[in-house]
Amino acid sequence: MSSSANTATADTLPTSPTVVRLAGVNKTFSNGTLALSGLDLDVHEGEFLSLLGPSGCGKSTALRIIAGLGQPSSGSIEWPRTMHDATGSPERSIGFVFQEPTLMPWADVFHNVWLPLRLKGQSKASVRASVMEALDLVGLASFAKAYPRELSGGMKMRVSIARALVTRPQLLLMDEPFAALDEITRFKLNNDILRLKAQLGWTVVFVTHSVYESVYLSSRIVVMAARPGRVVRTVTVDGPTVRDEDFRTSDTYNATCRTVSEALHSAMGAGDHL
Amino acid sequence: MSTPSSTPDTGGTPSDPPYDRARRRELILRVAVPLVILVAVLLLWDWYVRAYDVKPYILPGPGLVASTLVKDWGTLSSALVVTVRITFTALFLAVVGGSLLAILMTQSKIFELALFPYAVILQVTPIVAIAPLIIIYAPSTQSAVLLCAFIVTFFPILSNTVAGLKSVDHNLLNLFELYGASRWQTLFLLKIPAAQPYFFAGLRIGGGLALIAAVVAEFAAGSAGAGSGLAFRILESQYRLNISRLFAGLIMLSATGVVIYWLASLVSYLALRRWHESALNREN
Ligand SMILES: Nc1ncnc2c1ncn2[C@@H]1O[C@H](COP(=O)(O)OP(=O)(O)OP(=O)(O)O)[C@@H](O)[C@H]1O
Ligand SMILES: [Mg+2]
Repeated sequence: MSSSANTATADTLPTSPTVVRLAGVNKTFSNGTLALSGLDLDVHEGEFLSLLGPSGCGKSTALRIIAGLGQPSSGSIEWPRTMHDATGSPERSIGFVFQEPTLMPWADVFHNVWLPLRLKGQSKASVRASVMEALDLVGLASFAKAYPRELSGGMKMRVSIARALVTRPQLLLMDEPFAALDEITRFKLNNDILRLKAQLGWTVVFVTHSVYESVYLSSRIVVMAARPGRVVRTVTVDGPTVRDEDFRTSDTYNATCRTVSEALHSAMGAGDHL
Repeated sequence: MSTPSSTPDTGGTPSDPPYDRARRRELILRVAVPLVILVAVLLLWDWYVRAYDVKPYILPGPGLVASTLVKDWGTLSSALVVTVRITFTALFLAVVGGSLLAILMTQSKIFELALFPYAVILQVTPIVAIAPLIIIYAPSTQSAVLLCAFIVTFFPILSNTVAGLKSVDHNLLNLFELYGASRWQTLFLLKIPAAQPYFFAGLRIGGGLALIAAVVAEFAAGSAGAGSGLAFRILESQYRLNISRLFAGLIMLSATGVVIYWLASLVSYLALRRWHESALNREN
């Protein structure tokens, strides 16, 4: 099943085509903080890419720039295979999962998941099946009428994931989606994400603080350092395509965790926190 | 948890005997305690008036007040209708005007910069001080009173709604932006629902203020408000040393205030009961 602990430290490029390419991206906030400095990043189709790094290294900023929420101060973002609309902006199909579930408390689960389609002008009746299918994929079909306050933290996160996948996005961006959850729920949702990725053929960019989570999930890990935010190392995870609890105890997993840990520690200065 | 509750707003299971009993006890306490206090105060009042032989034109006993309330019901109730009509018209206009202006001000920076300072000035100037002017300029006493009540009611609704429209979760705004929501979609699907709890808090405050302002304006109008609202009747009773009628009018005014507050709370509860903390039946 798993090969030996072969963890490439150089940028071994996957062969699949590029979905989005960031080249020399800098981001300076109005208060003078240099959040990103010369970020080069290619996201390839079908890969699971994790951004890992100490707090404040610009992971969220990078993700938001990819999503089109906030412009880079300099540098370019290209969507090589994406059509452009009349105004010249790319018609990205993106799903975004925030660190908090970010649900509308006044709307039930169905209406929350319907939202992205509703904003595109699709009526409730015409998309009922798609919404229910998305809820089914995260195992919450029977909770369509429940309100967010009636759900546990993990269930809210799953609603948030259903909302991100209901549009069938080309690219899924997740910003520490499981940071606030307990380990058991986290492991379960990790497996859910891997299953959905296999099922739906997603490309994922995933932000996390956890070395173990990143190794378990990713095909490639980008380790970043802070002040200024930059990429220090890219680690390709040579794991099986189908991952389960066996993978968590395999030699490949352990060896990769060690490599990534070392990369992370060398990236962290004295004042950095995970 | 295996199945979702189909009616998420019911608090607990009514068939559960200990829960039911606790709930009934709570309800009885809620009614009984204030009632006991009321009876005690009435008895004390009655005893004081009798024991010290207080003249009815100084302090009438509760019995006399009650019989005056019944005897003068015709005059008092038609005065009450006038006051209530003014209060509710002012409240209605303030709700419509306040929330529309709030939306306008949050949609356009220019509007906010232009109007908000003046709304504040209007609010901080005591209404008693402008009422005489308004009474001179307004075409009729009724419309002057209405205008005063409107001015006072308008601001809490405006400022609360503005605060609500601006306090939308930043991530939700990003989400709407990400999915290419139009200005109108963001307003109707996100900002207005998010502002509801604030709006209703403003409504509760405004409802109480509308009645107070209507009374104050009627006082300011004085005898010019002949044949008008309850406040005028109260003033009139004072001139005539008809203190028991004054008390009767006062009781009707506070009852009206309580009903307005209760109505505003009810509307707020009905609108928010599915989701907002302020209206939730907590189960822990
Ligand atoms: N809106 C903003 N205005 C000013 N500075 C900002 C803003 N957002 C982020 N920053 C700064 O940019 C840097 C990167 O922030 P970012 O949120 O991308 O970090 P992060 O890697 O996601 O951190 P964490 O892991 O703690 O979430 C930080 O130093 C932060 O203080
Ligand atoms: Mg972050």
